[in-house]
Amino acid sequence: MRGEQGAAGARVLQFTNCRILRGGKLLREDLWVRGGRILDPEKLFFEERRVADERRDCGGRILAPGFIDVQINGGFGVDFSQATEDVGSGVALVARRILSHGVTSFCPTLVTSPPEVYHKVVPQIPVKSGGPHGAGVLGLHLEGPFISREKRGAHPEAHLRSFEADAFQDLLATYGPLDNVRIVTLAPELGRSHEVIRALTARGICVSLGHSVADLRAAEDAVWSGATFITHLFNAMLPFHHRDPGIVGLLTSDRLPAGRCIFYGMIADGTHTNPAALRIAHRAHPQGLVLVTDAIPALGLGNGRHTLGQQEVEVDGLTAYVAGCSVESALEAASLHPAQLLGLEKSKGTLDFGADADFVVLDDSLHVQATYISGELVWQADAARQ
Amino acid sequence: MRLVILDNYDLASEWAAKYICNRIIQFKPGQDRYFTLGLPTGSTPLGCYKKLIEYHKNGHLSFKYVKTFNMDEYVGLPRNHPESYHSYMWNNFFKHIDIDPNNAHILDGNAADLQAECDAFENKIKEAGGIDLFVGGIGPDGHIAFNEPGSSLVSRTRLKTLAMDTILANAKYFDGDLSKVPTMALTVGVGTVMDAREVMILITGAHKAFALYKAIEEGVNHMWTVSAFQQHPRTIFVCDEDATLELRVKTVKYFKGLMHVHNKLVDPLFSMKDGN
Repeated sequence: MRGEQGAAGARVLQFTNCRILRGGKLLREDLWVRGGRILDPEKLFFEERRVADERRDCGGRILAPGFIDVQINGGFGVDFSQATEDVGSGVALVARRILSHGVTSFCPTLVTSPPEVYHKVVPQIPVKSGGPHGAGVLGLHLEGPFISREKRGAHPEAHLRSFEADAFQDLLATYGPLDNVRIVTLAPELGRSHEVIRALTARGICVSLGHSVADLRAAEDAVWSGATFITHLFNAMLPFHHRDPGIVGLLTSDRLPAGRCIFYGMIADGTHTNPAALRIAHRAHPQGLVLVTDAIPALGLGNGRHTLGQQEVEVDGLTAYVAGCSVESALEAASLHPAQLLGLEKSKGTLDFGADADFVVLDDSLHVQATYISGELVWQADAARQ
Repeated sequence: MRLVILDNYDLASEWAAKYICNRIIQFKPGQDRYFTLGLPTGSTPLGCYKKLIEYHKNGHLSFKYVKTFNMDEYVGLPRNHPESYHSYMWNNFFKHIDIDPNNAHILDGNAADLQAECDAFENKIKEAGGIDLFVGGIGPDGHIAFNEPGSSLVSRTRLKTLAMDTILANAKYFDGDLSKVPTMALTVGVGTVMDAREVMILITGAHKAFALYKAIEEGVNHMWTVSAFQQHPRTIFVCDEDATLELRVKTVKYFKGLMHVHNKLVDPLFSMKDGN
């Protein structure tokens, strides 16, 4: 439990013999934690005149902020878009299982579904802090149904919708109350999208462009209305064309509001995007890259038939791929950038003083050895093997 | 004085660190018997601090029963500013060793009453039983701590305005912007350091050569305040070759000839592992 009360008296943990990600670099520094937050040891030394109560040797490993997955449709047999009676257990199962992948916060994602599903499921997935029980839920990512027919990808055509009639009211009627919603993916070329984007942005909901045939101009206009994210760049959008780069062109557009950073999700599994394309995007706009899994319920399961919302999906083997950029860049793309996207960078996705102590211990191949939430060990490689 | 001349910066830093290490261990510090150490900042002692940290990390030296008193601190710079002497000491020394935070004393340049802060510092030194070994450096203008040219040679801890030479020398730590360098500092006095039972001055680099010449080959003079230590019973100057460039050949030859005697102070190098 986090809180200021009693924090000053709480135990001080010092993680030593490690390299921590700070300021975009891996530094040979110790990580200090108290009361669930990252602690400034210099302040502790000079102001409180205290030393650590406990030291933990990290064996020379890397300590990075816990990963944040803003696009994950389910996993381990759980499908977030299924309107079951006990959606909460499914979310809890996934939240617990992804700890071993170093994910400490996530946005459960719902694919295009009929209104009944949203009305039933959305209220059952509240925002929740992480802990030994599992990764924290930052809010839902609703991907669809306000998307392009042509670029629907795996989304069911029957349930696509538009908001031409009543703009934001149409959206509310479809989703129900938006209290638990953090991100909405929509296609900006749909009529009255700008009213909807503005209304969502005003409510603090992140608007993402995706599953769309918008050209660059339409995409830029959407950013002016408030859109800040691109859902799985390259996939389900017009391909880059040198005379009209489409949504992809947002990465280098000079027609965006001053100081606004456009973030873009990339599924770095080597299949959704050719690694060379991923590198082009990264080199063009490295600060905006957000790694997502876009994992489906089949994550962690074997081959066979699994559901994805209203559809069935055949799974045949899994591929894994690591982006061809620096270790520090990759780590920031999985932690800092999604936190910045959601406006949480003061408390999540960073090991700066005062941030929540959500972090992962990695070996040099970036395999997760341990996961911590609020300074508490919530998953460990050795324990899992027992 | 002892004038210990080593070939280069690294060897000078190591000699100084070994000397400090041996002095602490031979003192046999303990629960009721703390070794009090005066400490400097700046680029000169960095190598020495690194070696001391190495001895600590290898288990040869503990600072558990050591009390430290830093020479100075800027006035008006926030304590957590990257160029404050608090930051320097934390990053370059304290965070790597096992000193008790209550025993690490640095003047507070943001105290409400600066003179009271200085008086309190003098009292803390007195209460600790005085300084066993005060380690210091020398400025290009021959100052010790921030006792700028013209400082009384019997001065105590007080507020000083920095001389232009010092501001110029420190500009490199403030992006080369003179306007960003603090103009005032709290500093131990020449008299405060003279009270120490032993003093060790580290001087390396050709840019310090003229100051060293003025400090040891000319008279005691408040324009070159390090010269005051000509009248201290136990002072060691630890230098590299470059720092001796302005000295007379005769001086350098004499003291180099004594290196076999000087080296007995650091060889053997003691270790707390030997059950000392």
